[in-house]
Amino acid sequence: MQVELKDIRKYFGQVKANDGISLKLEPGKIYALIGENGAGKSTLMKILSGYQPPTSGEILLDGKPVKFRSPADALAKGVGMLYQDPLDMPPFRVIDNYLLGRDDRVRLDYKTARAEQEELARRNNIHNDVHATIDSLSMGERQQLELIRLLAGGAQVLILDEPTTGISAEQKEILFESMHKMAREEGKLVILVSHKLEEVQELCSHAFVLRQGRLEGHQELPCANEALVGMMFGQVPERSERPPFAVGETVLELKNVTIETYQLTVPDINLTVKAGEVFGLAGLEGSGQRLVMQACAGLIPISRGKVLLNGQDVTAWGYHRQLNHGMGYVAAGRLEEGLVAGLSLTEHLVLTRSDQKFFIDWKTHQAEMAERIKTYQIVGRPETTADALSGGNQQRLLFSLLNTPLELLLLEHPTRGLDVRSINYLWQLLYKRRKHGTAILFISADLDEIIEHSDRIAVFSGGVMSRILDARETSADELGHLIGGQV
Amino acid sequence: MTKAQNGGRAWLVRFWPVVPIVGALIFTAVLLMLFGASPTESAQALWTGAFGDRNKFLGVMAFWVPLALCSAGLVITFTAGLWNIGVEGQIVMGAVFASWVALRMTGPSWMLIPMELAAAMIGGALWAALSGVLKTRFKVNEIFSGVALNNIAIIISLYLISGPWQPPEGGTFRGTAPFQTAALLPRLLESRFSVLSFVLTILAVVGVYSILRGTTWGLKLKALGKNPYSSFLLGVSSERETILAMMFCGALAGLGGAVRVLSWYDSLRQQISGNIGFLALLVVMLAGYRILWVPFIAFFFSAVLNGSITLQLRTQLHSSLGGILTGVMVLFVLLFGSARQLGIGLPKETIGDPSGGAPPAALSGDLEGGS
Repeated sequence: MQVELKDIRKYFGQVKANDGISLKLEPGKIYALIGENGAGKSTLMKILSGYQPPTSGEILLDGKPVKFRSPADALAKGVGMLYQDPLDMPPFRVIDNYLLGRDDRVRLDYKTARAEQEELARRNNIHNDVHATIDSLSMGERQQLELIRLLAGGAQVLILDEPTTGISAEQKEILFESMHKMAREEGKLVILVSHKLEEVQELCSHAFVLRQGRLEGHQELPCANEALVGMMFGQVPERSERPPFAVGETVLELKNVTIETYQLTVPDINLTVKAGEVFGLAGLEGSGQRLVMQACAGLIPISRGKVLLNGQDVTAWGYHRQLNHGMGYVAAGRLEEGLVAGLSLTEHLVLTRSDQKFFIDWKTHQAEMAERIKTYQIVGRPETTADALSGGNQQRLLFSLLNTPLELLLLEHPTRGLDVRSINYLWQLLYKRRKHGTAILFISADLDEIIEHSDRIAVFSGGVMSRILDARETSADELGHLIGGQV
Repeated sequence: MTKAQNGGRAWLVRFWPVVPIVGALIFTAVLLMLFGASPTESAQALWTGAFGDRNKFLGVMAFWVPLALCSAGLVITFTAGLWNIGVEGQIVMGAVFASWVALRMTGPSWMLIPMELAAAMIGGALWAALSGVLKTRFKVNEIFSGVALNNIAIIISLYLISGPWQPPEGGTFRGTAPFQTAALLPRLLESRFSVLSFVLTILAVVGVYSILRGTTWGLKLKALGKNPYSSFLLGVSSERETILAMMFCGALAGLGGAVRVLSWYDSLRQQISGNIGFLALLVVMLAGYRILWVPFIAFFFSAVLNGSITLQLRTQLHSSLGGILTGVMVLFVLLFGSARQLGIGLPKETIGDPSGGAPPAALSGDLEGGS
């Protein structure tokens, strides 16, 4: 089945996730769709798989324009997508899960379903125990089941979104083999969404590179990695001069910290951040840097190792206790993790004050908030609710609510979605903090930002932290390679 | 959007609670006509039943007191985002604790009554704290623990009535022996209405209003109810505030239970709560979770439910008509939602999927703010 996308646009408010993308894909081939975070890969593929409609643009299958009402509708028309998080039902048995997607009659036909599933599993070389429950399976096995479900549903076009995150090398081999088989022997069209360049080089014959919602380029594979990295991250502008700053004592120290979660293990992190230092963490989303950040804030438990704040062991302290000892944390989701929709700016201020009284002195706080609105250049009034602010102003509000002085400031994507002026302003605020000895640890998907503003940098790839780099002696190119898992 | 439209919308939002009431009245009138009864005649009978004479009116007020107390407490738990279904059990435990004092202690009224009321508040608060602790420590949803604790509270009261607190002459399992006169709340003009309980109710409503308006605790509850995780990140301890909110509501419900045994009845009876807890949930929903509406909505409920008893005597209609009317009203509230859910008085969503319907959280993560 041939797929053509014509001038696909998808806007989320002000954000142009896809800004006029046109592609043409032929059957029997494996394509790669690559790009940095927020480039619009997932948005585009969710449109192609019927998960969401485009704002404008057209999808053509074998030359005929189609409109998908739902993922199930898209699958019926031949397009199936394997999501990063499998869309299965963990408490179900394998066979029940399969039937949930397949059988729409009143009585479940276990016999046929079982035969169907076993046939598909055999053909794709997949181990299959229909009576196992989903939650007893590994991520890789669940993925394979989803794949079987899509194939059984008649998928002619298969989209795989970061399929190798969180699965073993062995399972990866099996997956790649079946992908080859599907494309070469069965003439299916396979699209691999990935950021791991070796995988892309190994598996795909063409790569499409997205950058900031647009198609940046098209490349025959294999080719030199540099060509792809260049297209993904663009030209790196020269760094502006930053006043040199003498860093002080160690504020934050991680000693052999290991974090284990259901999806990812982050082994053996050793890291120090000194007073007045800006430390940047790079890596694609889900590579472990956010887990490290949350562990530093006391939000998630660590399996092994120690976290020290000013030499004190804070491993078991928990978030609120660290908050009272000079830690500040600004998460990525503004209205989900930090601000309360429906509460006014002044009400937010009252909640964060450490000198809370039983009755609220509204007048004083109102005045104090008005003062902070001026200092932090927030476009809003003390009685405005947080959700009525624009994204940039919500971010400024979050910064205005941080305690002063701070020993340690943890930031996730501090400038995501902001315009250039707001970004500059936020960094000015952060430099002011650093002048007062605050140690800053931040995550960003923007490599230029990391290089420009950090003193030192660490890169995460698949849960593993790279060696620590000096920001003055590295380049976006080097970081790009490290992100792709190349040392 | 013009200023006039804005003003009109604000007005509509403010008086939204009236809309389902009017809708339900019309619906019930049509229902009556279908059964061949006259809506005006029924309304008259209902009115006489509730306000026909002084005693009837005082009856309405006596029923209003515990209903308003529980509703005021529920405004606090709803604000904190908690579904305190266990309020029914908290009334029962309040009644049980008050009865214990009334049956086991002797003394003058000025000593007994404060002790009874305090015991009732403690009983209700502890019972509610159980739900709170189960939620924060053991991740049991407060709705489920509430339903379970309601049943347990009722079983405890039945055991006490048929066992240890049985009247000496054997009893009928319907209630304990009447309490000593000194233990009962002073009632007005041989009715079931006690002025003291009325004053306490007004104090409770004013108290809840000022807590939500002017205290740090109230603000924390508001924040928790709107976004628990952001509140946590801002420094609010969800465990402490959740348990305290439950206990506050439990204390007011317990007080309501005390009023039931000490002035509505004169002893601990079966079904002592009279479903007031569940009614209070409806009252608060109908009031749009706003405390200042609560006394009036509660009064309306009380009048309709008490009036429908006379309705049955006057007309051939069953007294459950009052229940139908209030039930329909709540259904209408749930159907129409709040004004906000219908998009009235709210600025248009700035960011949203044109197809409508938010995508599941797991998949929408990278859509937000992607540049």
